[in-house]
Amino acid sequence: METIYFDNNATSKVAEEVLEEMKPFFCELYGNPSSMHTFGGRVGRNIQKAREQVADLLGCDPGEIMFTSCGTESDNAAIRGTLAAMPQKRKVITTRVEHPAVLSVCRELQNHGYTVVELGVDKQGRLDIADLEENLDDDTALVTIMFANNETGVMFPIEKIAKLVTDKGVVFHTDAVQAVGKIPLNLSKSNIDLLSLSGHKLHGPKGVGVLYVRKGTRLSPFMLGGHQEAGRRAGTENVPGIVGLGKACELAAKNIKEENSKVKYLRDKLEDAILKSCPDSRVNGDRKNRLPNTTNISFEFIEGEAILLMLDKFGICASSGSACTSGSLEPSHVLRAMGVPFTAAHGSIRFSLSRYNTEDEVDYTIEIMPGIVNRLRELSPFVERAAF
Amino acid sequence: MWEYTDKVKDHFFNPRNVGEIEDADGVGEVGSLACGDALRLTFKLDKNGRIKEAKFKTFGCASAIATSSVLTEMIKGMTLDEAAKVTNKDIADYLGGLPEQKMHCSVMGREALEAAIENYRGGGKKKRELEGNVVCTCFGVTDKEIERVIRENNLTTVEQVTNYSKAGGGCGGCKGEIEKIIQRVQGDKIKQVPVSVPRRGERLTNIQKIQLIQQTINEQIRPPLRADGGDIELVDVEGNKVVVAFRGMCAQCKLADVTMKDVVEAKLREFVSKDLYVEEIKDSGQ
Repeated sequence: METIYFDNNATSKVAEEVLEEMKPFFCELYGNPSSMHTFGGRVGRNIQKAREQVADLLGCDPGEIMFTSCGTESDNAAIRGTLAAMPQKRKVITTRVEHPAVLSVCRELQNHGYTVVELGVDKQGRLDIADLEENLDDDTALVTIMFANNETGVMFPIEKIAKLVTDKGVVFHTDAVQAVGKIPLNLSKSNIDLLSLSGHKLHGPKGVGVLYVRKGTRLSPFMLGGHQEAGRRAGTENVPGIVGLGKACELAAKNIKEENSKVKYLRDKLEDAILKSCPDSRVNGDRKNRLPNTTNISFEFIEGEAILLMLDKFGICASSGSACTSGSLEPSHVLRAMGVPFTAAHGSIRFSLSRYNTEDEVDYTIEIMPGIVNRLRELSPFVERAAF
Repeated sequence: MWEYTDKVKDHFFNPRNVGEIEDADGVGEVGSLACGDALRLTFKLDKNGRIKEAKFKTFGCASAIATSSVLTEMIKGMTLDEAAKVTNKDIADYLGGLPEQKMHCSVMGREALEAAIENYRGGGKKKRELEGNVVCTCFGVTDKEIERVIRENNLTTVEQVTNYSKAGGGCGGCKGEIEKIIQRVQGDKIKQVPVSVPRRGERLTNIQKIQLIQQTINEQIRPPLRADGGDIELVDVEGNKVVVAFRGMCAQCKLADVTMKDVVEAKLREFVSKDLYVEEIKDSGQ
């Protein structure tokens, strides 16, 4: 059975071209870029090339790229590093729908005397900008708001937010792990101070990420040790990972049109067909401002994990915001923040596509989905017999 | 991905006895849409008082569905007295085991069966009365139910109780209460896990001691209190006496005395000095 992979917001396939680029850096070019010999120096030049490739995708200067070990590290480094650089300010503003890599860090800060404001969202998952504006004050050190939501794909008006925040002299960080490679960026013309991205979400390898640090942004280093990454992030570079991420960014820049045409077309086709063929289903999140690859659909009266297992039997990989899959006993914090009723939150399924998906895969999923939903509804005590 | 046994998968993909018996002798309903799983069990007796037919309808994850399905198979042919003796462990064992975090599905099965038997014996009484006092308000679990899963499954930690009954799995505000129920039920049975003696530095100066107390309150004591909507403030340190004030929910909490001894004092002794004792000021800062 072939695997149909619709879980690209969790992680994505490493592009063949990326793997090829990485291979020599294990057994041949294994030198340490910090070494004085030519052998090590050659490796250093490849890191520099990767830095340029990433900078090209983001539209910034290569010197503003700091390699990390993952998106979570980038988020931690941005938040903790900013606060450490301005100890006199004690307030952080974020949202209730952030990824745990941001939300857990912010909540932990409360134990250290920080005031943390978590902005709410409306039923479509949208922020109230006026609410943000009201909360910005002289004590605010940092605003950290995600570019696009990993569960629903909903995008916030980040440029507008960044301008508002930085006009007040407050540092602005965005977790753009889901957006980079899907949404065109030009950071040289933007007000974003700090931006996190992750290699494995854009067909690069796992174990490598980036924190973009705008020139002039004060950031205390989070990892101490050697002088790597201009003293901002110590630790011997993950050379194959960095080289792979560079290549992945180069490919992403080339494929960004396809993401917004082919991938979007497939996503829309899948979403429309499922909504049509499955009664009592609905999309979670603002359909107008969304990543081109993500759809989050709730099926009333049935439970997400059961749907996932049925899909799994057909080789289809997706994910769910239900309690049974979240590791806790409550459904997704994102859907709850949006006020999605429990009935719908428990039965939510996220499909996240990539440029490697085909129309045949989408058609196959469209074909089997109603059967799965009907079957589970036949088991459900909340569906009256009359409905079927 | 959960590790399900083949038997669980079989009963999930090919559930037996799905549906509802129209003129059932007993009907048991437990759970709700909000809780994330729910089960309606119906059965019919033959003239000898044995369960002739049982059917189910379940909203929930794969293990909830498999548990319901297997339950209807298990109880067929049983008298009601026999069926009443089925424990959640029997159901889980029949399935070849369930992941620890999914044990509450087997408890839901047992509860539905009991509710159905009660419904029959009570002459068709529709709603099941909750026994005991609600401890976990998120999932509506009572002390009696918690006591029972502890006893029947020999549980010793709050985490296990959450896995088996969901209690404590929402806001987490009732975890202290669950801990006490475990102690009440299990008493001496709880293993005393050997804990290594904390390493403390040399004698602290007064300033170091106060700083360490403040740090311990910030990092070790405040987070769990915050989770319950409360807070604590360090007011003063006089020699080995630490004076604190409770805030928020803690200020009105009946259990504050227990929290004081079991949490605040214990943590300060663990992380600062074993000679410390704590006193509470009721009215400061008001």
